[in-house]
Amino acid sequence: MPRIFAYIVHQNGVADDSAAELAAAARKVDAGQSPAAVVTGWGAECDAVCESLRASFGEVWKIANESLAYPNAELVRKALVSVLPAGCIVLAPHSHFGTDLSPGLSIKLNAAYVPDVVDIEGADGAALRLVRQEFGGQVSAHVRCDISSGAVVTIRPGAFKPLETAPAGGVVVDKSSTVGALTAGRRYLETIAPETGDVDITKYPVLVSIGRGIQEQENVAIAQDLADALGAAVSCSRPVVDAKWMEKSRQVGSSGQTVKPKVYLACGISGSFQHLAGIKGNPFIVAINKNPKAPIFRVADVGIAADILEFLPELTAKIRER
Amino acid sequence: MEILVCTRRVPDTSENEIEMNGAGNDIERDDLVYSVNEADNYAVEEALEIVERTGGIVTVVTVGGEDDEEILRREMAMGAKNGVLLSDDAFSGADGKGIATILAAFVKKGHYDLILTGVQAEDGAAQVGGMLAAMLDYPFASLVNSIEVAPGKLKIAREIEGGNKEINEIDLPCVLSIQTGINEPRYVGMRGIRQVASVPIPTFGAVELGLNGNAGAAGAKVRRVDYFTAPEGKGAEMLEGSTEAIVDSLIELLKAKGGLN
Repeated sequence: MPRIFAYIVHQNGVADDSAAELAAAARKVDAGQSPAAVVTGWGAECDAVCESLRASFGEVWKIANESLAYPNAELVRKALVSVLPAGCIVLAPHSHFGTDLSPGLSIKLNAAYVPDVVDIEGADGAALRLVRQEFGGQVSAHVRCDISSGAVVTIRPGAFKPLETAPAGGVVVDKSSTVGALTAGRRYLETIAPETGDVDITKYPVLVSIGRGIQEQENVAIAQDLADALGAAVSCSRPVVDAKWMEKSRQVGSSGQTVKPKVYLACGISGSFQHLAGIKGNPFIVAINKNPKAPIFRVADVGIAADILEFLPELTAKIRER
Repeated sequence: MEILVCTRRVPDTSENEIEMNGAGNDIERDDLVYSVNEADNYAVEEALEIVERTGGIVTVVTVGGEDDEEILRREMAMGAKNGVLLSDDAFSGADGKGIATILAAFVKKGHYDLILTGVQAEDGAAQVGGMLAAMLDYPFASLVNSIEVAPGKLKIAREIEGGNKEINEIDLPCVLSIQTGINEPRYVGMRGIRQVASVPIPTFGAVELGLNGNAGAAGAKVRRVDYFTAPEGKGAEMLEGSTEAIVDSLIELLKAKGGLN
């Protein structure tokens, strides 16, 4: 089995939650191997991340370079290609950074690429058996990957449970000198925070959240009526924002807001993992969707197979009658 | 600016419920309705808007078979000047790297300033754009949700976590994967599609692209073995009966869970 490396995403000197998930995924590739962490960065923040990872990784490869102070995927890729051994397996989170880095990294390492993996079933010789999802999570797929010249695998955030293991007592190995001057055709300029909207959906204990099933902009009023009757706010999933029917500030999900309501009514929402990533605090989830196979029913507490355009007005009317 | 947009024909999940076939090893394909991958539509619209501002030509390309011509014509009806089909029996069974290899061979035959893909297709892989860029040694950015054109480069925003936008400058030529919502794709009517119905669509195969046999199944390191339905997990308790009965039980549940006073 080739050597396994976990690429660690970090911010402000703290490793991302994905670090422990990658360690768990690595054990599913090869239970007998202690994976190595790879950290790129600069200065005290980079050092602090490396130090913190010693508890969960046997080795922590540090690549410190001033140009890596901000994680520019092209520069990170070049640094990794000059440091990683041929034929290794690299794990990275399937996040906005992972999708920026990993496809190109697989090409430059001449390795196979398997993105957005939700489970790993193990290896048969030079073949790794993995599980992915397609069609927005409606179906799963078994995938075989030839790892004879290495592999880059991105791991869906939240899909692998961190392991409770004894402290690894890892050592930090400084690989910085292997990396020369780095230049990229893409340069980071700044990060712009989202505009705040008219309604702060993070402050509401009850959310009426709408998805593609709302069908038309004028139907948003149907959800607003229910929200008014419940004293709730209307939030939404990505397709509603893409269609410009609601502002971005109303979007729940990894690229939108993170909410922690007590009750979440998912109305006409299929339940992509990016949307579910924005729902925290284990709320009571009611899913209403006319497709009884929608993935949202797997995570909801209560499900109703119905067309929201017919069901929501009935619910609103009954609540108002009380 | 010469812009190439890589597109793909996929089962339309807003028109279909994806179900397993009788044998339980593949999805039921008989009644699927296909359309252009949603994110690719945004990529074509973005290319058209850039060309409207700065001049140039938009070409759409796909790897596939005769059935895939329909999406090229749809995007040509939107305003793309050229459509190109990359098709060969030797391409069947290609993995993501195979598709990127075929596209890279085509890109090298022309000279494009900008190459766009949709952020991802129905398989959620989000891989071809980044691979293509690496093969061409072009810079790459994923999840792009705004583009401003400057001489020799672009100023772009990427959608990162929490609604933040990461602003970058990127040199041309480059490859960008376009996030949905970046624009409002224009409507295409039947009339528009009829107008391009007889425009010839050139087809390039492995020989014309100078590819050996490795772009298809033979060179694929990643292979989907089968589809299956994931275990239900905890699964929702489904409320059933008349609408009135469901509404009544839901109201009781909402009261119990703090959703209604």
